Amino acid sequence: MSNLPLETPAAPAAPWISPRRVSEAPRATMSRAPRPEHGPVHLGCRGLFKSYRKGALGIPVLQGIDLEVREGEFLAIVGQSGCGKSTLLHLLGTLDQPDDGEVAFEGHRIDNLPAAARDLLRNKHFGMIFQFYHLLPELSTLENILAPALIAESTLGYWRRRSVYRKRASELLDLVGLAHRAKHRPRELSGGEMQRAAIARALLMRPKVLMADEPTGNLDRSTGASVMQTLCELNRREKLTVVMVTHDPWIAGQADRTVQLVEGRIQKS
Amino acid sequence: MYKLLLCWRYLRTRYIALVCIVSVTLGVATMIVVNSVMAGFTHEMQNRLNGMLGDLIFRTRSLDGAFDADAHMAKIRQVAGDSIAGMSPTVHVPALMYLTVGGEVLPRQVTLVGIDEATYASVSEFGDYLQHPANRDQLQFGLRDGGYDVIDHQVDDPADAKPREVMRQAGWGYRRYKAMLSKDRREQEERLKAAAPAAAPAAATAATPETLDPFAAMAAENGVPQGRDFDPAAEQHTGIVLGIGICGYRMPDGSDHFLGLPGDDVKVAFPLAKMPPQITSQQYTVVDFYESKMSEYDTNFAFVPLRALQKDRGMIDPKTGVGKFTSIQIKLKPGADAAVIRDRIQEAFPAQFYQVSTWRDEQGPLLAAVQMETAVLNVLLFMIIAVAGFGILAIFYMIVVEKTRDIGILKSLGASGNGVMGIFLGYGLSLGLVGAGVGAGLGLLFVAKINEIADLLGQITGQPVFDPSVYYFYKIPTIVEPLTVAWIAIGAVAIAVLASVLPARRAARLHPVRALRYE
Repeated sequence: MSNLPLETPAAPAAPWISPRRVSEAPRATMSRAPRPEHGPVHLGCRGLFKSYRKGALGIPVLQGIDLEVREGEFLAIVGQSGCGKSTLLHLLGTLDQPDDGEVAFEGHRIDNLPAAARDLLRNKHFGMIFQFYHLLPELSTLENILAPALIAESTLGYWRRRSVYRKRASELLDLVGLAHRAKHRPRELSGGEMQRAAIARALLMRPKVLMADEPTGNLDRSTGASVMQTLCELNRREKLTVVMVTHDPWIAGQADRTVQLVEGRIQKS
Repeated sequence: MYKLLLCWRYLRTRYIALVCIVSVTLGVATMIVVNSVMAGFTHEMQNRLNGMLGDLIFRTRSLDGAFDADAHMAKIRQVAGDSIAGMSPTVHVPALMYLTVGGEVLPRQVTLVGIDEATYASVSEFGDYLQHPANRDQLQFGLRDGGYDVIDHQVDDPADAKPREVMRQAGWGYRRYKAMLSKDRREQEERLKAAAPAAAPAAATAATPETLDPFAAMAAENGVPQGRDFDPAAEQHTGIVLGIGICGYRMPDGSDHFLGLPGDDVKVAFPLAKMPPQITSQQYTVVDFYESKMSEYDTNFAFVPLRALQKDRGMIDPKTGVGKFTSIQIKLKPGADAAVIRDRIQEAFPAQFYQVSTWRDEQGPLLAAVQMETAVLNVLLFMIIAVAGFGILAIFYMIVVEKTRDIGILKSLGASGNGVMGIFLGYGLSLGLVGAGVGAGLGLLFVAKINEIADLLGQITGQPVFDPSVYYFYKIPTIVEPLTVAWIAIGAVAIAVLASVLPARRAARLHPVRALRYE
């Protein structure tokens, strides 16, 4: 987990590129590069079924999903609204449990782990970002970014290691270009800024997998592009595994691989 | 850590929750005030009850009493000598007292108590309640020349008490003045009656009825000395100490008025200690008042010398000169267990003739009533806090619903159900602490300033809140018991926490995905 640019002297000083510059940037930089050198299977699922109950009626959402995500891969899951892509991401991220099938992480089955172990996975190994940013309105930007550390540590433990966490958070603030917004509340930030804060929060605990649920769904094209730029940079430079759900083929096009979900089934890989 | 941070942030940003703890605050404040005032009253009452009664009362079941107090006291000392600080025999008898006010005769039902001046001070604080400073040092049943208290000596701040100016006159001067008036009146009446052409000299008129009085023989039989007039200007009857409420009354403004003063004579009728029952009557001279500030005593008890009462009731054996007594007041050494010693003494004497009780047994119904009042008030007031608890529950439920998405976020970041529950329990706890803390502060402030507040309310409403004519205290007595305050505060905090359990459980059980999607 020590492979972040922050500790690599060769990394660019400010990888965050303003939306304007991104929109002006040559398209070639955003195009998909062939990445054959992906590592072993990092995260995967097999025969995943999930349905929601609505009264007596069971609405099937996922109907037997097999998926493998390799280490360092940038995978996009695309599909129309209601096809089950967010549900799949929630199952991969242990936010929800499947009706049938298995989810495995680094070779271990994780869907049937006790709640405390799944909480730990989400806290330490998975970073999550959402379409609606989901920042806590009572906390400042810096505190929001520190939230996973606050959750992980006891009061005393956090107090002891607070300088380490604060240093890490301010590095991430610099990374996403929000250093000047550290003390602001989420309601004082723009949509793009909130999403960048959410990315910084997801990265605080140096996760192995970053899961993004429609990260640009609520942003305009140029802001969305800059968010995507950040995700691509993280994937390429830090070899961070990224699983992204989107309905936007242009956004999906920036991933290494795209999986199409149609009516709860994978259509093509 | 996040629990503390979020609790603190919710406390600072969710003012609606602060509104719901106002009722906790008020409940706590009211409970503290009520308990302090009740404790104050109970303490004052117990002090005075105990002060008047002594610690233990050894009583004969017969109103006629039993012979030889000394022998009884010797036996009591033998049984429980190491715990006994002092003993004093008394005679209690129900009596009717007649006060003469402006020619009108006012009857009063009293309990006449014969006390032994030498030993009574060792068992009771009776002496402290007297109005003449010399009597407070050593009671004597002789009328004093004057110098009775004008300002109530039991008041902490003399400025609070209304001066009893009329007490300046009390004593021998007053008695002589009254004697002179009545002598004048009698002479005038006789002058009018005589209306003879040759006015007889005053000495002759005084001598004539003696020879003509057909009741002289009867008077002699009653033991009234004949052959010499009782001179009220120079002599007194046996002294009597009256409760201040027997011949006085207090106005709502706190001023006292008296129907009689030390120096006046009263007639008292009481039963003789013999069969068949007979009533006798005696004249006494009021020598002092006592004021225990317990209206039950102050309007009921009249004290006379033990030996005189024994004689008047025929309780002295003519051969041996040994008197009867009806009770022995016992004062215990500090730290002695009254109930244990009561039982020990009771075992030594036949229960069909003697009854031993502690002062608490004597005043059991009164003390129990006060205790029950306190308990009922506490239950009712605690209900207020319980109602506040439901308010907290409702508002917490609202806050949990409002925070559903935040709960989902926390769970997606790895917070456990227990952790989320901890946020809301901690929030309830901190609200309870704030409510109970502010309530305790307000309550204690109210208790400290209760008399000023009562005066102010009295001024505003025109109706005195605390009527000294009812209570005989000038101020509302209060005692703050730290343990009670602590229990009230702990109770309030516990209710706040309990009320937040349900909403907190709901928050803990929220499904992260559904919570995240909550709109």
